[in-house]
Amino acid sequence: MKLFKNILDSVKPHFEAGGKFEKLHPVYDGFATFLFTPGHTSHSGAHVRDAIDLKRTMITVVMAMVPALLFGMWNAGNLHYTALGLAETMTFGDKFLWGAMKIVPMLIVSYGVGLGVEFIFCIIKKHSIQEGYLVSGMLIPLIMPIDIPLWMVAVSVIFAVVIGKEVFGGTGMNILNPALTARAFAFFAYPTYMSGDKVWINTSADAGQSVVDGFSGATVLGSYATGGDVQYSVWDMFMGFIPGSIGETSTVAILIGAAILLYTGIASWRIMLSGVIGALAMGYLFNAFAPHAISPEQQSFMSLPGWQHLIMGGFAFGIVFMATDPVSAAQTNRGKWIYGFLVGFFAIMIRVFNPAYPEGIMMAILFMNVMAPLIDHYVIQANINKRKKRLATVKAA
Amino acid sequence: MSEVIKIKKGVDIKLQGEAEKIFATADTPSTYALKPSDFPGIRMKLKVKEGDEVLAGDPIFFDKGRPAITFGSPVSGEIAEVVRGEKRRILEVRVLADKEIRYRDFGSADPASLKRDEVKGKIVEAGMWPLVKQRPYNIVANPDRVPRDIWVSCFDSAPLAPDADFVVHGQEAEFKTGIKALMQLTDGKVHLGLDGRTNPSEAFKVEGAVMHRFTGPHPAGNPGVQMHAVAPINKGETVWTVGLQDVIMIGRLFMSGQFQAQRSVALAGAQVSKPRYYKALIGANVKSILEGNVAAGNNRYISGNILTGNQIPSEGYLSFYDNQITVMPEGGEDQFFGWMAPNFNKFSISRALFNWMMPNKRLNLDANLNGEERAFVVTGEYEKVFPFDIYPVQLLKSIMVKDIEAMENLGIYEVAEEDMALCEVVCTSKIPVQETLREGLDLMLDELGD
Repeated sequence: MKLFKNILDSVKPHFEAGGKFEKLHPVYDGFATFLFTPGHTSHSGAHVRDAIDLKRTMITVVMAMVPALLFGMWNAGNLHYTALGLAETMTFGDKFLWGAMKIVPMLIVSYGVGLGVEFIFCIIKKHSIQEGYLVSGMLIPLIMPIDIPLWMVAVSVIFAVVIGKEVFGGTGMNILNPALTARAFAFFAYPTYMSGDKVWINTSADAGQSVVDGFSGATVLGSYATGGDVQYSVWDMFMGFIPGSIGETSTVAILIGAAILLYTGIASWRIMLSGVIGALAMGYLFNAFAPHAISPEQQSFMSLPGWQHLIMGGFAFGIVFMATDPVSAAQTNRGKWIYGFLVGFFAIMIRVFNPAYPEGIMMAILFMNVMAPLIDHYVIQANINKRKKRLATVKAA
Repeated sequence: MSEVIKIKKGVDIKLQGEAEKIFATADTPSTYALKPSDFPGIRMKLKVKEGDEVLAGDPIFFDKGRPAITFGSPVSGEIAEVVRGEKRRILEVRVLADKEIRYRDFGSADPASLKRDEVKGKIVEAGMWPLVKQRPYNIVANPDRVPRDIWVSCFDSAPLAPDADFVVHGQEAEFKTGIKALMQLTDGKVHLGLDGRTNPSEAFKVEGAVMHRFTGPHPAGNPGVQMHAVAPINKGETVWTVGLQDVIMIGRLFMSGQFQAQRSVALAGAQVSKPRYYKALIGANVKSILEGNVAAGNNRYISGNILTGNQIPSEGYLSFYDNQITVMPEGGEDQFFGWMAPNFNKFSISRALFNWMMPNKRLNLDANLNGEERAFVVTGEYEKVFPFDIYPVQLLKSIMVKDIEAMENLGIYEVAEEDMALCEVVCTSKIPVQETLREGLDLMLDELGD
């Protein structure tokens, strides 16, 4: 501790005004404040302050994602070896290690490139490093397919940080969720790497290995959308033994994250709860209308019990980690109820009605990100109208 | 007895160093000071110069905008020094007190037998009008107006605040006389906000005044919160607020004919060896109260509570409206991985630290910001501690962009700095909430007048 302090103190003059690396002060400041929370004291207003800051908020979210990350590592390895027919012979450690070897580089690229871009912006704009990317850096790999090339991750990250966030003014100013912006960019820019049956399970075989005959890499949602056979049980879906983006498959792991976020009070329970209600509402509405579906495929998808939508695809991950992003979600409590409900509602609607793109949560959240300020506007306007009405009553009296 | 109104939002910050309900004695301070910074919205002009002799109640300065409002000296003596800051702004007017205080006589009277202008005139003449504050703007009230109502909160829910029952004990007659005087000043009602957790003291049962009982965490004791729950302020309306001990002082004026500026002051905080109550006058030098009673180290001395008080030097002066002196550690040390390490000795409304494991632990908090200022990111946290039907973040944003119409629509008339102090405490982004609100109130005042 003392050692770090001494090192920071010794190099500090170089980064201050007039120093050799004056322009790199935000970089120094970023490292210094990462190691030591500055001992700034209050100078105006309240003399004591809550011990929470943005860094702790963000690291709590990152911690909440760790179960999904770890499960994703194991699941990627398990699915890989299952595709090759070797799942029985491989140990838990082999599978986890294989997944880690694929996913850790993605994490390094995501954080390296993303923070690099942030540092550049901070140097140009001369402000201190903000913490938003701590979460985005983890989220982006978790919503990518296992087989996506690292350079695509890098390009998506650059797009997300520059276009999704910094052009709006940085952390706290963005309209869209940056991580989903990265995924949407990758989805539209590199569709063959982001959709279809081939990208969710790595089937690259070493010499002497081959993919099991008749093996399908289709996701559960893909199977339902095309009317194909679903190879996975409800238990598999709940536990996460299914193909999908790295972090999205295990509802259990995501629920652990949700519990952390809700117990610590970091994420909005209103958004999560109303999101689930919205999804159930749409799911059961589909159940009611299933007999009138226009095609047998759609009928089978519409007949899917409403609650099963909650454990399939990226719904749980999206509603827990993406929809609750406080910057891009609705900001008023009443607005959060409406926002969450509509995210869930539209996510399931897009899933079922759009066979070309059976994962609806990304589009639903991005759409509602755009709508969130409008929702807040009307909620606030209602409050203003109440005050005006009260004034009118007083005048009349 | 009226029904108990429950204030659900807010938080009690449990601190070490609550004042024991015993009056301690300290040496009588030799100097006293009035500080113009205690009165936002006022443009001060001196009525005295260094070397002048004053009696208790003689005007020290007045408001240039409203010359009728004078600020009376709390003691008799000699104007010792006018301390000025940048651009010759007056920071303090210090009075070297006589050993025995000599009072100007304003004549005793039963306020119930006086007309409104006579009651008002007496308070104004005695230099005590600044004890009456007004909403909107939370400034010294405009004596030319007739308020819709007058509100007196009879308990203070702020951390380590003085106990109202203990303070009022023995001064029941003064309190009742003070309330009678206030009744003459409004065509509406005088509302008393009482602590719903206890049986109200007999002192608070004043015929003609309306009693309301409140329970809940801080800021349930704030008059703004109480008013909002009972009868919110609308555009164009004015409500006056008077502090509990200020009512007693006004009562004393009518009973004795003198400006007796005595308060019961709680000396509290973890750094105080024997936290107790003291009798002190407005503007008293706190040195004699603190001497020998404060732990060594880098301490922060606050006139008032930790939410809204002003930092003062260890030899500074009690602010005009304050009934409390708090001493807390300054802090200021860098914390190794302070943003990640668990900490059981910090306060947080979130459970991202581990202080939730000991919810009733009394803490010894320092003045660390525990982070750096950022843009608004986390949402919903202000709403957990702000018991108004007002959107606090949106209100602050409207102030930041100086949108007067939006401020008005979003309810700025109803709030004072103290009402939003907890928002500032819990803010993850470390936004200076009270300072921002004051800027908004000052801007409204400049543009629209009082």
